[in-house]
Amino acid sequence: MIELNNVSKFFGDKQVLFDINTEFIEGKVNLIIGRSGSGKTVLMKCLVGLLSPEEGTVLYNNRNFHHLASAEQQKLRAEMGMVFQGSALFDSMTIHENVMFPLDMFTNLSNEEKLDRVNFCLQRVDLENVNRLYPAELSGGMKKRAAIARAIACNPKYLFCDEPNSGLDPKTSLVIDELIIDITHEFGITTVVNTHDLNSVITIGETISFIYEGHLEWRGDKDNVLTSDNENLNNFIFAQPLTQRLRQTL
Amino acid sequence: MIEHFFITVGDYFIFLKKVFSKPDKWNIFFKKLIFEMDAMGVGSMLIVSIVSLAMGSVITMQTAMQIESSWIPSWTVGFVSRTSIVMELCPTIISLLLVGNLGSRITAEIGSMRVTEQIDALEVMGINPASYLVLPKIVASVIVNPVLIIFSIFFAIVGGYATIAMTGCVTTYDFMDGLTYCFRVYDVVYALVKTFFFAFVMSSVASFYGYKIDGGALELGKANTQGIVVSSFIILILNVLITQIML
Ligand SMILES: Nc1ncnc2c1ncn2[C@@H]1O[C@H](COP(=O)(O)OP(=O)(O)OP(=O)(O)O)[C@@H](O)[C@H]1O
Ligand SMILES: [Mg+2]
Repeated sequence: MIELNNVSKFFGDKQVLFDINTEFIEGKVNLIIGRSGSGKTVLMKCLVGLLSPEEGTVLYNNRNFHHLASAEQQKLRAEMGMVFQGSALFDSMTIHENVMFPLDMFTNLSNEEKLDRVNFCLQRVDLENVNRLYPAELSGGMKKRAAIARAIACNPKYLFCDEPNSGLDPKTSLVIDELIIDITHEFGITTVVNTHDLNSVITIGETISFIYEGHLEWRGDKDNVLTSDNENLNNFIFAQPLTQRLRQTL
Repeated sequence: MIEHFFITVGDYFIFLKKVFSKPDKWNIFFKKLIFEMDAMGVGSMLIVSIVSLAMGSVITMQTAMQIESSWIPSWTVGFVSRTSIVMELCPTIISLLLVGNLGSRITAEIGSMRVTEQIDALEVMGINPASYLVLPKIVASVIVNPVLIIFSIFFAIVGGYATIAMTGCVTTYDFMDGLTYCFRVYDVVYALVKTFFFAFVMSSVASFYGYKIDGGALELGKANTQGIVVSSFIILILNVLITQIML
């Protein structure tokens, strides 16, 4: 379980996160939702320690991540997989080498086992026949999926996805959502997903934290997200004509 | 301004400390090291040899022109050319050339990895990005640059010899005589020691400026220029210091 207590983050004088308290539960898909610029990415970077919050604590099973010795931090991080909003694939390596990379660094598997694992991961994200290509030769959505394959290569205990299905067509987007929820349940992963995709919200949101302008406005799950009485959340969910019409029929 | 200077120097040494920690996996380190040595060495060979040939030729012509006088022995041309080539021109000028060539490549490579969050991705995986990315580059450059300098000395002397052979201002016999006159191995050691330190400064400063980029691609160009200016400056100062100590 990952617990955030009173987390605030400043960039210079500008405060981006205000006193966030929330938790992300093991074996569940935990969503962070909010509009563009609300602070989702910053929050996720505080979670994995790429940014340090000026105030508050991030606890992994009651251990304060930002106070761990760096060797301990590295050990914890070897159990993390992260998909960046911009994919962040290594562009000097082929897709195959990208997915192989964490296996090379952290496992002592034989070449054959690693190969099997790479192909398995690429298959799970519906990417085949791209092993030899470089990231620059893939479309945005394919890069995203390759990044997901890389993140799950080592069977992480914590999986962080920053907008895993932005830029994907509805069908592939569903595939990714299914993949995320499947592996989360199968391996008991603590999964945290940033998204503003409503479809993901109502299909995989086992816990949902709604961020509005850096404040945690609402916490709940997919069953009560459509019926809350939080005005900002409703403005977010029912912003588009389609969802507005849906609401009238509810 | 002064505060900024000390903060940067401090950051540089913190960065070095991060770079010089034990690689996570030695076999991967050696694989990267071989790759870097190949890229740096083979990639710079052509430009180094062309510049050295020209440099050797010019310094020989200039020396021959300055001391065209009947009471100076004619082997002086070879002697003076050799001394300037081995002790100063090749180690310093070629090192500065390599700053522009290899240093800027290092800054661009590491900087673009920073801008596209690839360094963050390494960090989240639990890898020390500074050691993983930068250590092979520094080790490769302190091995490769001295080798390049030896090639460069060779080509500069070939350039000088060819010039003498073509212009005939002194005989090639006299020139060879001067080249070998009073030859001291210590001069070469001095040149290589200089090159070693210059290579370290070049690769570490270039990596540092790429690594610490904060912002977008626009910063990349700025970091590149800063890296080149700062490492050239440090190299020139080191040149004076090392010469003072070793000679
Ligand atoms: N390095 C930084 N320096 C200064 N301000 C920053 C920095 N990174 C983010 N911000 C600010 O923090 C706020 C939140 O940004 P963040 O990237 O977390 O948004 P987001 O919710 O992920 O949006 P999106 O859905 O568009 O990705 C923005 O107002 C942004 O300007
Ligand atoms: Mg974001």
